Amino acid sequence: MGLRKIVDNMKPTFSEGGKLSFLASTFDAFETFLFVPNTTTSKGAHIRDCNDMKRTMIVVVLALLPAFLFGCFNTGLQVGLAGFEAFAYGLVRILPMVCVSYVVGLGIEFAYAQSRREEVNEGYLVTGLLIPMIMPVSTPLWMVALGVAFAVIFGKEVFGGTGMNIFNPALTARAFVFFAFTPQMSGEEVWYSKWSMMGAQTDGVSGATALEQLATTGEMQWSATDAFLGFIPGSFGETSTLCILVGAAILLFTGIAAWRTMASVFVGGLAMGYLFQALGVTEFPAYYHLLVGGFAFGAVFMATDPVTSAQTNAGKYIVGFMTGALAVLTRVVNPAYPEGMMLAILFMNALAPTVDYFVVEANVKRRKNRIKTVK
Amino acid sequence: MSKIIKLRKGLDINLQGKAAESLVEVPTSGEYAVSPLDFEGVTPKLLVKAGDKVKVGTPLFFDKNDSRVLFTSPVSGTVSAVNRGEKRKVLNVTVTADAEQEYEEFPKLDLRKADRSEVVEVLLKSGLWTMIQQRPYGIIANPDDAPKAIFVSAFDSAPLAPDMNFALKGEKANLQKGLEVLGKLTDGKVHLSVRAKAEGEMASMQGVEMHAFEGKHPVGNVGVQIHSIDPIAKGDKVWTVAVQDVAAIGRLFLGGKVDLHKVIALTGSEVAEPKYYRIMSGAPVASVTEGNIKPQAEGDKVRIISGNVLTGKKVAETGFITAFANQITVIPEGDKYELLGWAAPRFGKFSVSRSYFSWLCPRKEYRLDTNLNGGERPFVVTGLFEEYLPMDIYPMYLFKAIMAGDIDKMENLGIYEIVEEDIALCEFVDPSKTELQQLVRDGINLMIKEC
Repeated sequence: MGLRKIVDNMKPTFSEGGKLSFLASTFDAFETFLFVPNTTTSKGAHIRDCNDMKRTMIVVVLALLPAFLFGCFNTGLQVGLAGFEAFAYGLVRILPMVCVSYVVGLGIEFAYAQSRREEVNEGYLVTGLLIPMIMPVSTPLWMVALGVAFAVIFGKEVFGGTGMNIFNPALTARAFVFFAFTPQMSGEEVWYSKWSMMGAQTDGVSGATALEQLATTGEMQWSATDAFLGFIPGSFGETSTLCILVGAAILLFTGIAAWRTMASVFVGGLAMGYLFQALGVTEFPAYYHLLVGGFAFGAVFMATDPVTSAQTNAGKYIVGFMTGALAVLTRVVNPAYPEGMMLAILFMNALAPTVDYFVVEANVKRRKNRIKTVK
Repeated sequence: MSKIIKLRKGLDINLQGKAAESLVEVPTSGEYAVSPLDFEGVTPKLLVKAGDKVKVGTPLFFDKNDSRVLFTSPVSGTVSAVNRGEKRKVLNVTVTADAEQEYEEFPKLDLRKADRSEVVEVLLKSGLWTMIQQRPYGIIANPDDAPKAIFVSAFDSAPLAPDMNFALKGEKANLQKGLEVLGKLTDGKVHLSVRAKAEGEMASMQGVEMHAFEGKHPVGNVGVQIHSIDPIAKGDKVWTVAVQDVAAIGRLFLGGKVDLHKVIALTGSEVAEPKYYRIMSGAPVASVTEGNIKPQAEGDKVRIISGNVLTGKKVAETGFITAFANQITVIPEGDKYELLGWAAPRFGKFSVSRSYFSWLCPRKEYRLDTNLNGGERPFVVTGLFEEYLPMDIYPMYLFKAIMAGDIDKMENLGIYEIVEEDIALCEFVDPSKTELQQLVRDGINLMIKEC
């Protein structure tokens, strides 16, 4: 236990009265990362489940990995590379964004935890990886940094930190960047990397995403199989529905994401898609919506965020369904804004507490009536 | 007993150290303790001082809030000490038992003729009234109240809980008498809940409404049973009595004297030979554990719990068994660091989450320690607590109402229906490591103060 000794020796410096006591939260974060603390129960249940927030968050990160790794590959693929080269190119391309996201985001989280003298929460481990994955790959680093800072401060910390926020922080970052820098963040070039290393063909590479093509011409140039596997332009992590489903399987099996929310989003999207098809508003097959754009990614990783989504089981069905339906509605009837998922989730984040309120009120009423009937 | 009430929600935690069906008689000797801390909301006022001679059933102190509620000695002998803690708070009163036991005499009432008030009188005087608990709140019942009904759970479903059918062998007549006494206390019904297919002698009890339950813990909790049988509304008062205490009440009315013996199980992974012991209430922990705890490696400690691992009280080896304990549990202390534990597979640990592997071996018996297994965090995960509370209640919303101190919401969301033990499993599974049992008690105390 040599490592433990080193940590024990450092501890007094960071504890109350020590020279670096103002960094106590930071030290604690690193210490508890290395070692599960020796804290024992004092009152209440003497034994505790070995699941904690760190484990929960790391499983979500694990579930994100298939989509992340595929994102690396696809980034290279879109600029004319193939095989391992494509993957390496994408990895080199995305790592600065991931680093910026974690450094800026965790920096702010640590500072806030420090000022509140609290332990650092693990939530940002997931958010920090989500943010680069839902950005176009050519997003400038300063924009990523700004989006992260906005999301963490105004999306989360002003509400009181992890567990108290109303909007999904990663989507807040995405929305901020999208609306603050609309000219840079839209158009046909933004989806392709501009780094001409490793022999990538970056000159003049451009092309609309599937959703943009549908909004303008009503047809897309890729097959449904390509869209399912992910060989299409789009935000870094969102293109491969297959890899996202692998992540979904991990989240559902471990029970970390609510299956009720996830399934309802897909059902809602399909229902709305079929409705439009039946009405003749669009020729676009309903199931395509689940394959293109950020629909699958949003349904699996963002709509299921336990903090910002509905918290009651009935609420999960309602909010999930409406998220999916709203996303497809936006996509179909609003040609100026081809991607509806981001705003649908954020909008339902705002509505979720109201939905829960009515579910809980119904429970209160039911319980009151139940007692009357027994008498 | 027409139909079986099946509860789908809950969790049985398989632990090492289940008691074998063998009974040890513990002779009455040494010090015995009665502690006001075993009861919620009691402010003790002493009636004895060190050196006083007492008999079995002699009052030691009473509750300042209601001077009729007496706490009596379980043994006869000499008061050896009144132990006090901070601010002179009374921790317990200890009595050193004599070799020869003398008893206070109580009238053996004929229940067919006796008044309710006479029955109440005997229970109060003998100190057995303190065994009658009121819901809501889980406090000692008020003798002036007329309860809607009285509930008795005839089984215990907690981890490593004793088999009550074994513990109550030979108590049939006492139980029957005790239930009759309870029948005198209410105009409503006396509900007796048994475990389906393990009714034992309970099946033959007369004058009660019998209910059979099936399911995982907390199916044996009387609060959960009340919720399924006849839920508590605002303004309702129901009473509950633990099944071994029903037998003690029966013995009082049959024999005219206080006899507080009971059978407890010594359980847990650190017990060399887990088995049953017949003790007198308030017995020292050591009288049961001495010589029966596995030797520990250098630097390892054990935790002795008076009660089960979910709701029991931490006691010292020199301490005393608490009033409502059915078992003593001995488990390892978890005051150890674990390198990257949150990322490790942790095959030896138990989790309801499938991000670990305990779902692979549902029959495995675990040796769990007292480590918190993480740091305290705000609530993040949702939908988890609901799975471990078999009541039509939204626990997370109730907990948040308690945190906010919102009386109206607490009332609407179900504070009347729960006490600490009912949400102990929520506390166990909570990945945010919140102290939910303490939270619920704080909420109940706020309700008592404000209403």
